[in-house]
Amino acid sequence: MYELVEKSEVFNVHEMVIDAPEIAHSIEAGQFVIVMGSENSERIPLTVSDWNTDTGTITLYVLETGMSTLELARMKVGDSLYAVTGPLGSPSEIRDYGTVVLGGGCYGIGAIYPIAKACREAGNKVISIIEARYSFMFYHEKELHAACDQVLYATSDGSKGKKGKVEDVITEMLEKGVKIDQAFFIGCTQMLERCSEATRPYNIPTKVALNSIMLDGTGMCGACRVSVGGETKFACVDGPEFDGHKVDWKELDQRKSAYTEQETVVYQSYSHGGEVPKVGSA
Amino acid sequence: MELTAKERMAIERHGMAEQPPDLRNRNFEEVPYGYTPEEAVAEAQRCLSCKKMPCVSGCPVEVPIPEFIALVAEKKFAEAARVIKTKNVLPAVCGRVCPQETQCEGVCVRGKKDIKEAVAVGNLERFVADYERENNLAEVPEIKNKNGLKVAVIGSGPSGLTVAGDLIKLGYEVTIYEAFHRGGGVLVYGIPEFRLPKKIVESEISALEDLGVKIYYNSVIGRLHKVDDLFNVLGFNAVYIGVGAGLPIFLNIPGNNFNGVFSANEYLTRSNLMKSYLFPQYRTPMIIGKKVAVLGGGNVAMDSARTAIRLGAEKVTIVYRRAREQMPARAAEAHHAEEEKIEFRLLSSPVEIFGNDEGWVTGMKCQRYELGEPDESGRQRPVPIEDSFFEFDCDQVLVSIGGEANPLITKTTPDMKTNKWGYIETDDWGRTSKKLVYAGGDIVTGAATVISAMGAGRMAAKAIHEDLMKESDETVTPDWW
Ligand SMILES: Cc1cc2nc3c(=O)[nH]c(=O)nc-3n(C[C@H](O)[C@H](O)[C@H](O)COP(=O)(O)OP(=O)(O)OC[C@H]3O[C@@H](n4cnc5c(N)ncnc54)[C@H](O)[C@@H]3O)c2cc1C
Ligand SMILES: Cc1cc2nc3c(=O)[nH]c(=O)nc-3n(C[C@H](O)[C@H](O)[C@H](O)COP(=O)(O)OP(=O)(O)OC[C@H]3O[C@@H](n4cnc5c(N)ncnc54)[C@H](O)[C@@H]3O)c2cc1C
Ligand code: SF4
Ligand code: FES
Repeated sequence: MYELVEKSEVFNVHEMVIDAPEIAHSIEAGQFVIVMGSENSERIPLTVSDWNTDTGTITLYVLETGMSTLELARMKVGDSLYAVTGPLGSPSEIRDYGTVVLGGGCYGIGAIYPIAKACREAGNKVISIIEARYSFMFYHEKELHAACDQVLYATSDGSKGKKGKVEDVITEMLEKGVKIDQAFFIGCTQMLERCSEATRPYNIPTKVALNSIMLDGTGMCGACRVSVGGETKFACVDGPEFDGHKVDWKELDQRKSAYTEQETVVYQSYSHGGEVPKVGSA
Repeated sequence: MELTAKERMAIERHGMAEQPPDLRNRNFEEVPYGYTPEEAVAEAQRCLSCKKMPCVSGCPVEVPIPEFIALVAEKKFAEAARVIKTKNVLPAVCGRVCPQETQCEGVCVRGKKDIKEAVAVGNLERFVADYERENNLAEVPEIKNKNGLKVAVIGSGPSGLTVAGDLIKLGYEVTIYEAFHRGGGVLVYGIPEFRLPKKIVESEISALEDLGVKIYYNSVIGRLHKVDDLFNVLGFNAVYIGVGAGLPIFLNIPGNNFNGVFSANEYLTRSNLMKSYLFPQYRTPMIIGKKVAVLGGGNVAMDSARTAIRLGAEKVTIVYRRAREQMPARAAEAHHAEEEKIEFRLLSSPVEIFGNDEGWVTGMKCQRYELGEPDESGRQRPVPIEDSFFEFDCDQVLVSIGGEANPLITKTTPDMKTNKWGYIETDDWGRTSKKLVYAGGDIVTGAATVISAMGAGRMAAKAIHEDLMKESDETVTPDWW
């Protein structure tokens, strides 16, 4: 079970196609899985960016940022993951909104794809905006083009599309008077916040997929709690998507950094070829 | 050699040898070492074999206590274990975690004057169960007739494991769906290693697998499959829900979301299930508090506090709203916590948690309470004393003040009735309002005990068998049933 059947990499983002037929049958757009590479691993949440009920596989895009994602990045086709739990989280709310804009950065470029597909099927006009530092860092583009009416680009160096970020593209659209009925954003916290600030003056309903630290993913522990509109919510069951105009970004940022000290030391020693220091015995 | 009652009365209660407090507060190994066979026999000889058997009525599942103890006195340890197992399938667990002082030992005739003089039923139960396991003497029942009926059990806590064990022996095909990557429920992710070694739970689970129980891990029912799909798509004939109590609650006070504030569920899961005390060899990180405040007075609070000490805290303080005698924790746990130099701030309750600009907890403000009029349960109600606030520094807060029902399954099974708190409604046998769906354990009663969850599983297994047999004409009930 959970065999890695295909794998490729585009500049630090690893596409992992995993054998998980039951999940492939029950997953919906916006949901995620919690993954353990090996028996000793941390449980980390990853969005399911595509799935195929015929082959019984799910596709994850993993951005290598630390120890756990590095361990996944080092797995080879034919290896099996120790645990893949899902689907988790509430599915995206899909309806006929009219015009939907989806913004994606880093792993979000892959993660917006199923929402784009579902929104299109529900009758929406779908515009995706994706950002990266350089043009060669985009991935999954062909599929995204097929699922959207339009795909717009933003790059830090201007090598593809607009020079800038997703929010710059959105702001330009809104200034020009393009009507947007619903926006979804997936990516790092800073990007989610900036994009939400860009849609706020225009009162565009905005959903952001929050990525707080998780443990069980079933509502049992409260590790993932976030403040939205002054209320505490558990991102793994109440979310991950929330109203971007109501999120307490500072708190989320602080909670996400809770383990930075420990994680950094281990990641650095491990990624430089060093073995993870052994302490005690199992 | 038959002892007289007087001779029996003269024997003093045998405590268990334990790791000394200043050694054990630095390791995760079990605290009591267990009886030697000689100690067990001597303790068993203290039992007076009372005709009325108050202990049996005191036990929620009515273990034939005097009968098994008499076998211990005759050194027939494996036989004694078998006698317990007719009523309690997890004696190695229950011997360690049952609140014996309010159950069997609480009504023991020998403990009438002083509860500390009661026959050590729990210790003896633990001894015989360990003896049976360590010497591989457990009987593996032969399952003759498979009846072709399939039962799905959701959750692998004590109630789910009991249902699975009972039904597989009756010839059913049993499949357990467990949300986590390991089985055992609270026994593995909640109760720490130093109180219940995980190898005991593992051996119970592998015994079930040997009998043919299938366990699917990483399977969150309500998301992966809905209860209806278990019938319609996967072809199960009955479904048992034993998913436990679930959601943690936080106090409704400012400062709950500072870094360093944990639910006990999170803290204990990181430590027990994810083994973060072995970070980074095990990859799940943990925040090691120096000054730790634990909110609550139950077993969960004691386990959190004692874990914090072992992880290296300099000072651990339990903050509890009521008095020492009102703490719901097992007596042994509170006693062990005190020995491990955990401080108790009784009759106090937090009103605010403080933090710094970086979002880390720095301390808390509490209010003092006094005992007032008794409430419905007869316990004196704690009432706040005006203007009696005090503050103290802490860099970690562990919240263990109880839980709520997890709605994952009930929300996706709208035709099954729940009560106003979201727990599943059942009859005395665990039948829910939905046909051929049964439930038991903490998801029905709210947070309770291992033995009551197990007892509920027993009853539900009987109901499932009865109901399914009514539907099919074949009867395969063996005589031990
Ligand atoms: C619902 C959800 C969906 C996600 N989808 C994806 C995805 O599709 N692709 C992808 O690459 N990443 C995704 N993430 C983020 C991913 O889970 C983290 O990058 C990963 O956990 C980092 O682990 P690490 O050990 O490699 O890095 P670390 O060094 O541990 O940390 C790097 C960053 O990841 C965060 N993080 C650490 N541990 C956890 C944890 N247990 N849970 C959540 N965040 C954590 C930290 O706050 C930190 O900012 C998602 C997160 C959530 C909550
Ligand atoms: C820290 C702690 C200490 C305790 N100490 C004691 C003690 O000393 N003595 C005592 O008698 N009792 C104690 N208890 C209480 C006791 O552990 C519980 O009452 C008992 O475990 C309840 O059993 P259960 O089978 O109902 O559920 P649980 O043990 O909670 O097991 C439920 C299982 O279901 C799984 N699950 C949940 N949702 C789903 C889903 N949707 N799909 C699939 N699986 C799911 C969970 O992952 C879990 O494995 C303690 C509890 C805690 C938390
Ligand atoms: S199951 Fe618990 S209450 Fe019953 S005899 Fe054993 S220890 Fe006592
Ligand atoms: S991850 Fe534990 S409650 Fe959300």
